[in-house]
Amino acid sequence: MAVKILIASPLRPYTDADEVEADGATLGELLKDLDARYPGIRFRMIDEQDQVRRHMRIFINGEPVKNLAHPIGASDEVSIVQALSGG
Amino acid sequence: MAKAKARVKTKAGKTSRPRKSADKLVLVATRKGAWIYRGDKSSWRADGPHFLGHIINHMVLDPRDGKTLLAAASTGHLGPTIYRSTNLGKSWEESPRPPAFKKQEGGRTVKRTFWLTPAHANEPNVWYAGTSPQGLFRSEDGGVTWNEFSGLNDDPQYREWMGTEQDGTPSGPMLHSIIIDPRDPKHMYFGMSGGGVHETTDGGKHWKPLIEGMEVVAGFDAKTVSFHDPHCVQLCPSNPDRLYQQNHCGIYRLDRPSKVWKRVGKAMPAKVGDVGFPMVLHPRDDETAWVFPMDGQTVWPRTSIAGEPAVYGTSNGGKSWKRLDQGLPKNQAWWTVKRQAFAADRGAPVALYFGTTSGELWTSRNEGKSWACIARHLPEIFAVETAELG
Repeated sequence: MAVKILIASPLRPYTDADEVEADGATLGELLKDLDARYPGIRFRMIDEQDQVRRHMRIFINGEPVKNLAHPIGASDEVSIVQALSGG
Repeated sequence: MAKAKARVKTKAGKTSRPRKSADKLVLVATRKGAWIYRGDKSSWRADGPHFLGHIINHMVLDPRDGKTLLAAASTGHLGPTIYRSTNLGKSWEESPRPPAFKKQEGGRTVKRTFWLTPAHANEPNVWYAGTSPQGLFRSEDGGVTWNEFSGLNDDPQYREWMGTEQDGTPSGPMLHSIIIDPRDPKHMYFGMSGGGVHETTDGGKHWKPLIEGMEVVAGFDAKTVSFHDPHCVQLCPSNPDRLYQQNHCGIYRLDRPSKVWKRVGKAMPAKVGDVGFPMVLHPRDDETAWVFPMDGQTVWPRTSIAGEPAVYGTSNGGKSWKRLDQGLPKNQAWWTVKRQAFAADRGAPVALYFGTTSGELWTSRNEGKSWACIARHLPEIFAVETAELG
């Protein structure tokens, strides 16, 4: 079940595209598959304690999600974005 | 990786030893990327930016093979990583397993890799890394993959001494100054801001604090390890029994086997004091060292003293210090030099290099007697390292 994922600009050096696909029944599985396709990308947005990094956000169908066990449906729209912070 | 190249002329004076063209490298890590300056006796060529927009805390060339270059990187949004080049930055590969704490209940998260140290000459491909918050990591494959080292990161006593993130510096608590005794790879030191200086003689199986003689902020107990804030510790290349330290509370020297630091910074002029970040040592003379004092009064401005930047040098082990400011701005220069941003090469005479919080790169080709600016308008400089090719 391939799901489309919108990729934030800081992560595009990994994907060379602003939209890619990955498989997974949960957000955690989806990100694991994404990392298999684009090695290293997961750790830049998910820390070693499996928490979404402080200045990154993941939206599923427009709703913010932090739980990696969150289920993913075939028609879900997943967006990985950077928080509105910086300097 | 997009790069811009420019030639930069210096006003540096003559050197006593002719050098080949482009035989020197100055590795500059900044808040917004990294630059490699290649120089000969009169000009410098800027190669960069590498990783534009990335926070580069440290960039180090492995002196054992002369080609492995590691850069500790993060961004404001993305997690920390390590980039590796074996062709002096023409191309980079990302570590598939950068330093990270183990996953566990209440486990910590590496915010940034702060310090990189190539290991002993007899341990090729081994590197150590210090992180923020404080963690010690080791790579045995030239910086490709990293693992926690020695059990220190989860040691209950050390976790207490490391404190919380609120106990660290404004940039976060950090483990730094990882030092390997050139006579024995199992003899190591490191510093923690905060958390003191520590030593192992058995390859990291056991660590002990090495804080006696070091002072802490007035009103606090110097016997409490976590109150100590060594900013930069260095071991003399010419005498591995001598260490110097720039601390939050003074400049110190330690002559082993003694375990008592001596505050040699008390010989600094009273109006300047002995607060600062970096500590730089002469490669062949254990009596010669350089510091960059900063303002540690009241709210800790962390600027040059009175806006008049100066390096201070000693040639007698800290018994006396001499102001070295020829060529530096005379006033209204409110920058400072961070703990990794001051370095010496191995030339004769020794050339010194420092990078400022205002993004200037300065050099002295005569051991601090006079200074010339190599580059201006860089981002805030976090680290400066030197290397020689060939």
